Amino acid sequence: MDVAETQEQWRRALPGTTPARMTGAQILWEVLAREGVEVVFGYPGGAIMPAYDALPASRIHHVLVRHEQGAAHMADGYARASGKVGVCVATSGPGATNLVTGIATAMLDSSPIVCITGQVSSALLGSDAFQEIDITGITLPITKHNYVVTRAEELADTLREAFEVARSGRPGPVLVDITKDAQQGTAPFRWSDEPVRLPGVRPVHRLGQEQIERAAGLIDQARRPLILCGHGVIKAGASEQLLRFAEKAGIPVASTLLGLGAFPASHPLSLGMMGMHGEAWVNQAVQESDLLIAAGMRFDDRVTGNLKNFAVTARKIHLEIDPAEVNKNVKADVALIGDVRRSLERLTPAVKPREHGEWLTRIAEFRGDSASRDVQGIPHEGRLRAPHVLHDLWRLTRGEALVVTDVGQHQMWEAQYYRHERPRSLITSGGLGTMGFALPAAMGARFARPADEIWVVAGDGGFQMTACELITCAQEGIKVNVALINNGYLGMVRQWQEFFYGGRYVATPLKSPDFVKLVEAHGLTALRVTRREEIPAAVETARNAPGTAVIEFCVEGEEAVYPMVPANADLHAMIRRPSRIEESIDEP
Amino acid sequence: MSHDSAFAPTGRRIARTFIVHVEDRPGTLNRVVSLFRRRGFNIDSLTVGRTERAGVSRITLVVQSDEDTAQRLEANLYKLVNVLEVHDVTHSPAVSREMAFVKVRAGAERRGEILQLCETFRARVVDVAPESLTAEITGTPEKLDGLIELLRPFGIAEMVRTGAVAMARGAATQGAAGASEGELAA
Repeated sequence: MDVAETQEQWRRALPGTTPARMTGAQILWEVLAREGVEVVFGYPGGAIMPAYDALPASRIHHVLVRHEQGAAHMADGYARASGKVGVCVATSGPGATNLVTGIATAMLDSSPIVCITGQVSSALLGSDAFQEIDITGITLPITKHNYVVTRAEELADTLREAFEVARSGRPGPVLVDITKDAQQGTAPFRWSDEPVRLPGVRPVHRLGQEQIERAAGLIDQARRPLILCGHGVIKAGASEQLLRFAEKAGIPVASTLLGLGAFPASHPLSLGMMGMHGEAWVNQAVQESDLLIAAGMRFDDRVTGNLKNFAVTARKIHLEIDPAEVNKNVKADVALIGDVRRSLERLTPAVKPREHGEWLTRIAEFRGDSASRDVQGIPHEGRLRAPHVLHDLWRLTRGEALVVTDVGQHQMWEAQYYRHERPRSLITSGGLGTMGFALPAAMGARFARPADEIWVVAGDGGFQMTACELITCAQEGIKVNVALINNGYLGMVRQWQEFFYGGRYVATPLKSPDFVKLVEAHGLTALRVTRREEIPAAVETARNAPGTAVIEFCVEGEEAVYPMVPANADLHAMIRRPSRIEESIDEP
Repeated sequence: MSHDSAFAPTGRRIARTFIVHVEDRPGTLNRVVSLFRRRGFNIDSLTVGRTERAGVSRITLVVQSDEDTAQRLEANLYKLVNVLEVHDVTHSPAVSREMAFVKVRAGAERRGEILQLCETFRARVVDVAPESLTAEITGTPEKLDGLIELLRPFGIAEMVRTGAVAMARGAATQGAAGASEGELAA
């Protein structure tokens, strides 16, 4: 079927005309286009070939990845950067299983993506046919929901439902597995603008005035209140509402890793990140508070440390969209279940204007102590330390870049030293902690934010996991800048070995290729920086390069991330940076 | 369901009974069971069957849990797209029944004794063979436990229990008909 003929069929599928018969493959792209999808990330193969054959006739741009994991991360990055649903495509069998890490990453961070997989023909299902795998069974616990479609007739409704499930309530990944015969078969295509009806999905609004008043009562009485701001604030688009609430009630704001950017870092009430590598003063404030107002966060173990001794003197108000998260890890005195934005809109008028001068002074005292230990105060003598790199990158980009981080030490230094002012200015894998996430996620983000400056921050370990996507950048003309923090180790694991495993560096020293040569072999711009003085010029060169540019920062090998709350230790029991830093990180 | 029972006493694990209405679609039971496995909830019994409404199945679940866990279980069940309604009937007036077949080793000499026990428990004898006897019993899970304990000394050759099914007493319904139209349209 040629392009003109296909387009003619679509025209006839408009409401009010006789429904045109279309193949499942055509229906797939048509539904995606009507759902607002402009770009998909994928990799073809046998069972998805009918769909690919119909792709050129659609308005959708396809990005050919080099590994399906990258496709899922790109869809995820697109979703996080835009707030819309991201889409990836893979074939059956190994194509589908390669998506798994990316799907789980999206699940743990509640990112709305729709994954389309090809499947063997329905007659072969269950026969262990070539490249047949039970991908809906495999992804059952890591998707919000998934579907198998065996008939073209079911495809349009199922896909619409998939998008609705992915973006509604607490968002998450949805997988639609489409058999080859469902792609090849034909069905009348009808499109309805009616909302999708999902009898099993309940809208969450159970917020009674009584709960608002109980919450407001606790807030008015509190002497040492603290807001804990999470990813949900960003997802709900509730940053402004949070700002108004915090300013009116005079309450300082601590953030989870994924909540960074939801509240402006430069605001006087902003404390910064809490948790395992959170600022010491923030964790101290959490432990001394008498009221925690948790907004769109789920008390993850990396945030609370040992639950038994977590904020024992504080009462807790939990603003949360997912009822299953309430009382899971931390018992809430008042739970405000529902969209965080609406909850804050109800709560703000109910509280009294306050200033907590004494409490803020107390927190400032903790902060002063931490500042004296900060790596920024240490003369660099030309040597390159990763925290310096992140600090300088923040200054040179005026804090305005969209930063996408990988997982490990550099991720924590970014969180500590790059100060985020706006929501959706940091994208990182928090829940699953997926190494290799950053480069593909940033590539997906590029399609959502064509005009923004985007920086990938990755370590030498994680970068090598998905570096194959560099050539996708070249093929697609995708421009992202990469700050590759090379310390020659799997740094975070090495740090744990240093602290908790007697300094035995097992399987953490890491040999890398010559990154400059590697990147140049892809026809992209590469630079190497070994001294702090070289940073500004290198950053400028990278920004001005027409395509993707990678700067390899050769940093101190055995730097550690401070402070640190050891796993399952009390939040205030932090390992602090030794005051004479040179003793601890001298080179051998 | 209520989620602000923050001050309710917790920690006491008891057998809780849930009635769950689900869409009758491929894989739905798998999703429910997978949820329990993944979250570490312990299933005592699970029964599933059709309801008065086409396309809707009814699951009766008995789970050992405390109050907090029960609430999270309910909330997690609701997160499954194919789950329509969840009712915790543990503390509601409800009837609960289970059925069992028990095959007891019994020669002619002890048969009388066993028949007497069966009569006391209103169990029906459904098969008699020279060396065995099979009883069918319906009742609360506790009643079944009672008979089984008494039969154990005779030697139980084989046993099968259905798991409990439950229904609210009186006019109150947890029926499938209300499961999607009324409340969800609002």
